[in-house]
Amino acid sequence: MTDTTWDASKPILEIENLSISFFTRMREIPAVMDFSCSVMAGESMGLVGESGCGKSTVALAVLRDLGKNGRIVSGTIKFKGRDLTHMGDEELRHIRGSEIAMIYQEPMASLNPAMKIGAQLAEVPMIHQGMAKEDAWKLARQIIADVRLPDPDRILHAYPHQLSGGQQQRIVIAMALMSKPALLILDEPTTALDVTVEAGIVDLVKDLGTKYGTSMLFISHNLGLILDVCDRLCVMYSGEAVETGNVIEVFDKMRHPYTQALFRSIPLPGADKNTHPLVAIPGNFPLPHERPPGCNFGPRCDYFKDGLCNAAEVPMFPVPGDDRHATRCFRWTEIDWEAPMTLKASKPKTPIGKVVLKMEDLKKYYSVSSGGFGSGTTKVVKANETLSFEAREGETLAIVGESGCGKSTFAKVLMGLETATSGSILLFDENVQSTPIQQRNTDTVSSVQMVFQNPFDTLNPSMNVGRQIIRALEIFKQGKSDEERHARMLELLDLVKLPRAFAERMPRQLSGGQKQRVGIARAFAGGAKVVVADEPVSALDVSVQAAVTDLLMDIQRENKTTLLFISHDLSIVRYLSDRVMVMYLGHVVEMGTTDQVFQPPYHPYTEALLSAVPIADTKVIRKRIVLEGDIPSAMNPPPGCPFQTRCRWKSLVPGGLCDVEMPPVKMLEGGHQVKCHLSDNVLATMEPVIKVAAE
Amino acid sequence: MLKFVARRLGVMVLTALALTFVVFYLTNLPPNLEKLARTEGSVRMTDQAVASWIENNGHGGSVFGRYAQWLGVAPGWVLTDDKGVTRGRCIRAGTDPAAASSYCGVLQGEWGFSTVFKKPVLESVLQKLGSTGWLMLWVMIVMVPTSLLMGVLSGMREGSRTDRGLSIIAIATTATPEYVSGVILVAVFASVTAGVSPILHEWGWISTKTLFLGTATSAMDNITFWNFALPVLTIALYGIGYIARMTRASMTEVMVQQYIRTARLKGVRFRDVVMRHALRNALIAPFTVIMLQFPWLLNGVVITEALFNYKGFGWTLVQAAGNNDIDLLLGCSVVAVLVVLVTQLISDIGYVFLNPRIRLA
Repeated sequence: MTDTTWDASKPILEIENLSISFFTRMREIPAVMDFSCSVMAGESMGLVGESGCGKSTVALAVLRDLGKNGRIVSGTIKFKGRDLTHMGDEELRHIRGSEIAMIYQEPMASLNPAMKIGAQLAEVPMIHQGMAKEDAWKLARQIIADVRLPDPDRILHAYPHQLSGGQQQRIVIAMALMSKPALLILDEPTTALDVTVEAGIVDLVKDLGTKYGTSMLFISHNLGLILDVCDRLCVMYSGEAVETGNVIEVFDKMRHPYTQALFRSIPLPGADKNTHPLVAIPGNFPLPHERPPGCNFGPRCDYFKDGLCNAAEVPMFPVPGDDRHATRCFRWTEIDWEAPMTLKASKPKTPIGKVVLKMEDLKKYYSVSSGGFGSGTTKVVKANETLSFEAREGETLAIVGESGCGKSTFAKVLMGLETATSGSILLFDENVQSTPIQQRNTDTVSSVQMVFQNPFDTLNPSMNVGRQIIRALEIFKQGKSDEERHARMLELLDLVKLPRAFAERMPRQLSGGQKQRVGIARAFAGGAKVVVADEPVSALDVSVQAAVTDLLMDIQRENKTTLLFISHDLSIVRYLSDRVMVMYLGHVVEMGTTDQVFQPPYHPYTEALLSAVPIADTKVIRKRIVLEGDIPSAMNPPPGCPFQTRCRWKSLVPGGLCDVEMPPVKMLEGGHQVKCHLSDNVLATMEPVIKVAAE
Repeated sequence: MLKFVARRLGVMVLTALALTFVVFYLTNLPPNLEKLARTEGSVRMTDQAVASWIENNGHGGSVFGRYAQWLGVAPGWVLTDDKGVTRGRCIRAGTDPAAASSYCGVLQGEWGFSTVFKKPVLESVLQKLGSTGWLMLWVMIVMVPTSLLMGVLSGMREGSRTDRGLSIIAIATTATPEYVSGVILVAVFASVTAGVSPILHEWGWISTKTLFLGTATSAMDNITFWNFALPVLTIALYGIGYIARMTRASMTEVMVQQYIRTARLKGVRFRDVVMRHALRNALIAPFTVIMLQFPWLLNGVVITEALFNYKGFGWTLVQAAGNNDIDLLLGCSVVAVLVVLVTQLISDIGYVFLNPRIRLA
């Protein structure tokens, strides 16, 4: 449904001075203040910011779906010249789904579990164009093929739960494209997906945007993705747009202190935990009802000037000479933007000591029976296959891989939550592979601890912080009396750089980063020697990630802890790890020092993984390798090499060896291991995936 | 699907065996048998005579053996007393013992003889079950649509005025037990002295003394609106509130799901959001509850049937229990077990249709 009267040279979407508040019984909570932006036809606009900055609220306001409590207080949202803020329900309904469509963060939750995919897709043209049912289903089939899903006929008649996460997201995209909307809103469309799947989705979105000439509003917290997808961006902080402009200009010539701080807190290639540590943004994100007067970023800003920044509301200042570049900062002309970042004192490298943990041929199989009553067949899920490695004192070993690769199973076996099927784990010269945690002695338990992924769920909500740490001390038999333990608890709070007063606080009063610090304090309560950190920062905002990562590194330096850092985020892995182990479908496909793994020769999977990670640096040139298809199920792995179904180098192995035989572990220079059939000559021809262009 | 049903049937048979055995064991405890001996024989029998009566009437021996006989998988007992008369489980009085079959249990259709009604158990149970079946049917016809409608209407806009109003009604009805609501209904609509009937009669609007009939005995032969409305309403009222609350909870939960937002932002009309997207997902939980209402109704009718003097299954159960009619009691329990299991099977199958996420192996 294209509006022929619309002049294409004017913006498709024009938001002016938009303010949105949520009304609770207690008070009015302003969520978005004075927000303006415009999206031209065919343009893609990125909205970046940390959680709670109001970026999703803006998106939902465009669709006028703010719920019962949310209300647009002032300002206008013009779509093709029509004001959406004063539109009636019926009129809105004709725009939703037909001219403005949305793609959501969690594909599984956004699809109706009880309706067939075809019915959910066909509904859109049936509502908006009054299309006949058969035609609508035909169109749905065609669009499914357009979003590059295999076997469209099967998918039409499938239910959402029968598809993988990546396929579901493609369906959500297909649904949004069913009526060729003029504007597409994407709310963190790839956050719930694995990086290699994300790369496929991002490519698809970009191609479709060009193909249909759709404008996009792309919401993300990932600056790298924004660089990949968008033409323009708008950085938001605490309900306000702080900087807006062309993506390249904002990335290279940022003119707002928050944008600058954000870039300095994310690990870009070249950052290093010892010589170029990340700079975390000090302080915390202000709560919506506790915003400071004047500039919201003032209290955390390095350039803060009393009497100026906290005196009056800051308007947007245009940056002359640039393409619609504007910043919300009084001092932007005074700040020397080219000044190099004041480096924190570089820290000495932690000396690597003796071997503390050694795994040999560790295997963990699960048997899964399908169907009850003995009639079902038992299947074996090989979660870990012949895992062998050692970790030394003071070392950071990163374990990298996508969901389902067996990295969490490995952690469970090490912790004793599961016992190994075969193989051995030597922890301080003691075999623990078949000792479940209940039978381990307190020493062993307290010396191997874990920091969990989601700090929001791992603290007991009804126990104060101090009590939870003391409880850990009691379990680890630390301290002789309650007083001693209390004193030790306060020391632990110091260790994780939390104020001592936090001992009395309840978990709900803490922010995500603070909760994760409590989690770390608890892990170190018994003087842990080996700490397994399972994605410790992936649930946190970027500005907090840097601080928590730094903290972990500092504690490691002090205590000579061995850190097993499980992550899917290669940027952070490159930043902090000494050695890297890449896992795929339960196998270690590559292992070596960080430099070895991040430079060619790569294992083909590592190569794809590296190329899939978006990097927020305009100077980095990345080779795009998009893997076809999904990760095979661990229940039914392919024969031969586990990666052969998606490998782009497969044809270079003579005799179809990849299909039949599991590749041996190939030792390259300096202890670098690769599990691949490719010959040394072929491996030597590999080019680096990431190149930093000369300045 | 067939495999699933076959497996469920297998489980059902096992469950039925276990449950009937429990009932059999409890109804055949020694004190019960003693009581039976004294009612059948003579109240003033000596303990010794009681013991020999129990022995001679096939109630001796292991409880498993007797259960097997009752079930019809073991040959029925045969005894020849000192007078040379051969009696047995399968031998009717006055027939030739040689001609009688050796197996006669529930499986062979021999459910025993009711001592209260003086006729075969199977016959009386089936007849009473039929009466109760009509009652249950009408209760379901009234209860299910009303409660689902109430639940959906109040759940689709949580916190609205409709929601509040319907919630109050639902809570009130479900908080009122049948013996209270039944009495109130009778007092208001079927009393010669109280409620609306005298007024209506005085105005000449009704020719009979009462608006509705206070007893449902006549409904045994001929169901009319006037004799059946009150018992149906009494039972339905309680269930309406309960199912409506369940539906409302399920509906409010579904309405805040992200896929409902997806549908809304696709431009689907609110009515269609509710009907096409929310309803099927919201009905999954109440469906199980509705199916659970069948066994509940079977026993829940006891009070109502007594109150309205409707001779159905509940009434029979009371008679059987009160008169130590072991065979009848066992018969009732077999029927109850079957009803429970069959409705649960239907519930499980229906659940699969409503919820495609449940896959049948």
